[in-house]
This record gives sequence, structure tokens and C-alpha cells, in this order.
Amino acid sequence: MNHLLRSLAPISDDGWKMLDDDARERLTPALAARRLVDFSGPHGWEYSATNLGRTSPLASAPCDGVSGLARRVLPLVEVRSDFELSLNELRDADRGADDADLEPLDKAAHQIAVAENKAVFHGWHGAMTGIGEASPHKPLPLGAKTDDYPRPVAAAVELLLHNGISGPYGLALGGEQYQQVAQTAEHGGYPLLEHLQKILDGPIVWAPGVGGAVVLSLRGGDFQLESGQDLSIGYLSHDGESVQLYLEESFSFHVATPEAAVVLTA
Amino acid sequence: MGFDQYHEPPEELPADTRTFARLCASLTEEAEAIGWYEQRIAVEKDPEALAVMRDAQGEEFKHFSMDLEFLLRRAPAWREIAQGILFHAGDIVEHGEEAEAETLEANGPEGEGGYPSGSLRIGSLKGALR
Repeated sequence: MNHLLRSLAPISDDGWKMLDDDARERLTPALAARRLVDFSGPHGWEYSATNLGRTSPLASAPCDGVSGLARRVLPLVEVRSDFELSLNELRDADRGADDADLEPLDKAAHQIAVAENKAVFHGWHGAMTGIGEASPHKPLPLGAKTDDYPRPVAAAVELLLHNGISGPYGLALGGEQYQQVAQTAEHGGYPLLEHLQKILDGPIVWAPGVGGAVVLSLRGGDFQLESGQDLSIGYLSHDGESVQLYLEESFSFHVATPEAAVVLTA
Repeated sequence: MGFDQYHEPPEELPADTRTFARLCASLTEEAEAIGWYEQRIAVEKDPEALAVMRDAQGEEFKHFSMDLEFLLRRAPAWREIAQGILFHAGDIVEHGEEAEAETLEANGPEGEGGYPSGSLRIGSLKGALR
């Protein structure tokens, strides 16, 4: 048994499979950062820091005749979202019910996906610098109407090209903006989504938690999400009525090339 | 060029799994080359040719070891089992059984491919279809 303590939970093997499948189904479409940045790992729950290859000077040395440097590392953060499920619902699922109420799990999955997206694109104060914070480019306004979007997206691509950042490029669109784009056909009936994809030569990704949009290069080597423990469900406690579980991961995020992304503001 | 290292449709595999498969294929090729050189060295009589082939086999030892280290870094459960077997004197099979039992007990029966038991195994989604 590992630290997730799953075997202590009053949940059958089939029940765990149902929970894992449901969580994966909810998380996969919402984890926008993993569709656009490099992913390394998982390196395990014991993995605590990303090597930055940087040092800081030390004010003193243990004795004369030597000098010292302290290695700088980027600590991984642990993110956890707790949820509670009814034991009756799980028992009914064991009997074959195909409509078990897993809403608390779905909500936790969405929250943890939003947390990962926000940390990567907007940063996490005290923990990691996000793509938008690191970018040296002046943010471009998306425009009031979705019909306006192709112009700033094309301008962002041009800005990246001018800075020697090659494509293909991806577009992370906040939930509200993505919905509007998906529903929009431009004058002449040509879907806006396809028009934007042609400009980018890459994907447009639904990014819940992101405000506005971010255009970034997908060539690799610019943005790194390092996973310690990948998303997992663990067990906390239970009583006669319900079981307390949690979704958890550990990760760090590092921007190697701040110029490789442009923020578009809503 | 073939893509025999893929057992599943490559377009359905995440990028890190494709990389893992490439290195597994490379590991196999290096092991084969080591075996071939071993046979050639066993039958060669010319000392100069023997020296060349021993040097070449040394390269394959290096390549195999680098491939293996890469794979072990990406697969913690594999690494854990390997640590219980490699570079230990004594009964190899016994060490193997012990290392496997300890690793599976720690990680659960699903502990493989870098993912402990309980992981949702999502990993990278770069290039994934919706």
C-alpha cells in the first residue's frame, strides 16, 4: 500500500475503477496546460524539486581558502481537492446502477484542473511563475467580439515570429471565450475555430481557469511542467454514511523561454 | 522505415509513451549487437580484428547502459526492482523475487510504467485528440 491508502477505503475494486474512470474522463478535456507545454515525469511522490542549474552566492565559507555556492531549485507543490461520496451510491454502483451520483468527484476534478491551468498560465504567488507573468510582450486585447479574434491572434503569431520563436503555435482560450469561438461562424459561414487554427498551424484548447487567452509556441523546450505524483485519488477517512477521498498531484512549472508566449486579454 | 516499436496505434499514444517505446526498441537493438560481437569475438583469430571488435562491443555496452538508465528513470517501479537485482552478489533469482515482491507491495499490482497504484495515468496530453 502506498501513501494514497486506497486499500483502507470501503470501496470495491470495481468501485475504484468507476471512480478512476470518471475522474480521468472529467480531467482529460480540462487539463489545458498538458496539451500545450512539455510534460516530464511522473517522478514519484518523493520527488521534491526541479533542478534549475542555477546557484546563489553564500555569504560565508566554513574555512579560509574555499568558497561556496548554494544550488537553486524549484520546489514542487502539492495540490489537493477533497471530496465526499455516499457509501450507498457506491454500493448501488456495485449492484449495477449506472447512474451513481459522483458529482462531488466531478467538482473536485474540475477544481484541480482549474488550479493546474491557472498555475501554469497565470502563476501561483510564492510557488511558480506562470506563462503570462513571464512573457515580456505587451498583452494584446482580444477584442469585444469573437469576430475580432483573428486579428490579435495573427498579431501574436507575428510577434513570436519576429522574436525568432518558431511554430507551430497553440491557443489556450478561457472557458467563456472558447464557448463563444466554438459557436461562431464568421461572415460567409466559415467557422471561426478553423480560421484560428489555420493562423496558428496548431490546436485551440479549452482552458478553464484561464482569463482571456494565451498564444504560445509548441516547438518544445520553452515551457516545462514537471510532475512528481501525477493526478491520483487517495483515501482520507470514512464513517457509516460516506467516504472522504481526495484528488492530488505534485508538480512544478518552469518557463525557459519567456518570449515564447503572448497574452491576449479579454 | 517501420514503426514496429509501437504495439498500439501511435496516434493514440501520448508523447512520453512513444519516447519510452523508442528507447525500449533501442535497448533491444543494443543487446542484440552485444550478442553478435560476443559471437564474432569468440571465433575471430586475427588479433587486430579482435581489438576492433572488442572496442565496438564496448560502445554497445555504453549504449545499452545509457538506454537502460533512461528507461529506469522514467519507470520508478522498474528502477526499484532493478536496484534489488543489479550489482548484488548472490542468487540472482532470489534477489529478483524479493525485489519484485517488495516493489509490488509498496506500489500495488498496478505499479508500473512510472505510475504508482492509484494514479489516473494521465501524463502528457500534448498532441492528444479530444
